[in-house]
Amino acid sequence: MTALLDRPWIWAWLAAIAAFAATAAIGQSQGIAGLLVAALTFSAFTTLVGLGQMFVITLGPGNIDLSIPATMTLAATLSLKFMGGAGALALPGFALALAIGLGAGLANYALIWLLRIPPIIATLAASFVYQSLAIWSNRGLRIKPPEILSDAMLGRTLGLPNVAYVALLLCGLAWVVLERARFGREVTAIGQNPRAARRVGIPVERVRCATYVLCAALAALAGFLLACFSGGAALNMGQEYLLSSIAVVVIGGSSIGGGRSNVPGVPAGALFLFLVVSMLNSYGLGAGVRLLLTGIIIVGIVALGARPRTAE
Amino acid sequence: MGHDDRAPARGTGGAVGATPIVRFEGTGRAFGAVRALHPSDFAVRPGECVALVGHNGAGKSTLVNLVNAVFPPSEGAVVYDLPPGAAPAGRSFEAGAVRARRAAGVRAVHQELSLAPNLSVLENLRIAQRDLAGRGWRRRASDRMRASLDAVFPGNRIPTRAVVGDLALAERQMVEIAMGFADGMEPARLVILDEPTSSLDASVAAQLVAHVRAFCASGGAAIFISHMMAEVFDIADRIAVMRDGRIVEDRPASAFTQRSLVAAMGHVAPEATAAARAAPSGPDILGADHGLSARAGEIVGLAGLAGHGQAEALSRLYLALSSDWRAAGAPRAAFVAGDRARDGLFPLWSIRRNVSAAGLGRLVRRGLVDRAAEAALARDWKARIGIRTDDLSAPILSLSGGNQQKVLFARALATGAPVVVMDDPMRGVDVGTKAQVYDIIRAEAGAGRTFLWYSTEMDEIRLCDRVFVYRNGRIGAELRGDAITGEAIVASSFEMEAEA
Repeated sequence: MTALLDRPWIWAWLAAIAAFAATAAIGQSQGIAGLLVAALTFSAFTTLVGLGQMFVITLGPGNIDLSIPATMTLAATLSLKFMGGAGALALPGFALALAIGLGAGLANYALIWLLRIPPIIATLAASFVYQSLAIWSNRGLRIKPPEILSDAMLGRTLGLPNVAYVALLLCGLAWVVLERARFGREVTAIGQNPRAARRVGIPVERVRCATYVLCAALAALAGFLLACFSGGAALNMGQEYLLSSIAVVVIGGSSIGGGRSNVPGVPAGALFLFLVVSMLNSYGLGAGVRLLLTGIIIVGIVALGARPRTAE
Repeated sequence: MGHDDRAPARGTGGAVGATPIVRFEGTGRAFGAVRALHPSDFAVRPGECVALVGHNGAGKSTLVNLVNAVFPPSEGAVVYDLPPGAAPAGRSFEAGAVRARRAAGVRAVHQELSLAPNLSVLENLRIAQRDLAGRGWRRRASDRMRASLDAVFPGNRIPTRAVVGDLALAERQMVEIAMGFADGMEPARLVILDEPTSSLDASVAAQLVAHVRAFCASGGAAIFISHMMAEVFDIADRIAVMRDGRIVEDRPASAFTQRSLVAAMGHVAPEATAAARAAPSGPDILGADHGLSARAGEIVGLAGLAGHGQAEALSRLYLALSSDWRAAGAPRAAFVAGDRARDGLFPLWSIRRNVSAAGLGRLVRRGLVDRAAEAALARDWKARIGIRTDDLSAPILSLSGGNQQKVLFARALATGAPVVVMDDPMRGVDVGTKAQVYDIIRAEAGAGRTFLWYSTEMDEIRLCDRVFVYRNGRIGAELRGDAITGEAIVASSFEMEAEA
């Protein structure tokens, strides 16, 4: 049990479960099952962008991707416009969304590496460009996704939303990459000590580039799936994911200073974020109190998870 | 205190009989188990200019820091000559010795520039001179600074209101020196100059030498640290030679020649009992544009005074052999850091992961790290190099410094890279471990590996087949085989003028 309590992500899970219980306790119009489905659905999107942000933050102090919302919007807008509602183009449209993510990641890193701009500025500046491209490409027109895709996103398998399975699968992959693969080792090494990483022969710039590309690709995927789920791309669809992508990483117990991260905390953080808001909503609290309590609760969770821990 | 049998009678310079401005009475200093200065007697009288010479780590800085009341002595006392009516010594070291040092007029000009770069010249002076306060302090400070700058460096054009960060390196050094001689509440009586000319050009350095001589002639005193032989003889009327934490010679400058001075500094400890090794022959397998080269199986040493470009040369060489973008399947070189925290350790990782960090490419199967192979590798090197731990999955920071260094050695050797670059890697390593690592290095070199080894320790340099002695960022000399002696290295580390 102590070993379990030493896991940095356990607090996020306990908090998510507590928030779920507290919300379910006062009764919901949608019932417990409905609450669970809603929580799993919405936190799945947060999980996808949170995983990408987690890899970037693991690279160490100063590394962050603020272009996630704009990348989501751009990928969703362009791919939905390309498909034009035609189911036959579903796969090429999906590939296009990923390609846009790839391009956005490369562009982000080009700014960071070539122009030596701090990531926080580079990605923020780039996000204005992506957002403008999205506005310019369809001038606010809302194009419906192909039915086959929106059905898949809204559908359930074994009672649970399909999008939750996607998030689960990607969590599994991210865990393998981070804990078992060479790439994860290299990312964690750079996050702890970039000078030492360079001096053990890690191609530091390549790993950093790949990390920013990975993050943007996950953002693009999340944007594509979210647009299919919600019946079309909207220009402000990524807005709330700017802060929540960072919050779930921190709530999940990853070190904001880099070098230490964990995958299980990300979905827990995403669930918790969604549930805490619905809990405060169902208690009928005003917007001001809701934000205040959300802040206090997040600080509490992070403080609990931030105790010193042992290696490996 | 019979601190050293070989120490002859003390200073007979300028003003025998006058009360010393500062006097050591069997004063020594140890840092934990490390003996930095053996209990010594030492004194500086008014009118004397004492040069302090010795190799890196000989104890010069410790002696200067004791004079300057940076830290208290471990034994003995530092006695200052206080003017009548000076504030009585306080109880604590900080309140007492520091105040006494200031009242005695002892000032220090540091080797590493110690000015605050974000403040103006005047504001820096105010930090040192507490009486510069209240209305009109800038005017008074400016008068003092201007007068001192013009006295020491006639014809300088340094604006006293400029921000220090905007000045050139030499100008900053000049400002710092002038601050040492500037008028103040207590006039300067003893000025300590720690390698003051290292960033000055010849004509400005000559101005300084002239000023110091005039200062001493008028009753002031100076302690002058320099690695430039000619300068030492120009300026000093007494020379104190330090070696291994002892003052081994303390005589009038006229009693030395450049050669006898170098010999006095040289390391004459018994030769390392290394079995003779056939120096490898064959073509150079690597070379750098500034003249560094190495053959397969060769142990190449980089010697000379610390900070003369050896670490930078090694770093450039290693970075050129590896890449920011390509991951080498078989690395061409491995790096052993001397500055562990900065260049070597991954502090959040276990010992095992720290060992495997460099050779990771060879442990990867289909993109995944083969953890069984990784564990075997770490176990193997724990046994070979003797890492003292029961649990290789314990955090790296749970190890002692010496054992952390062993991990870094194991990491580099385990890569199988044909070239191993070592940046003064034996800091904080105990004698037993050193011997062990020397054996491993010699065995690996015998098997064809090339070692590039920067070291500040003469014993290690003598293990090398070939030694490049660095001076001012360039190679000053190349020594081979029997020519690698302490004397030869010291001689080529210091700037020798015509006499040699």
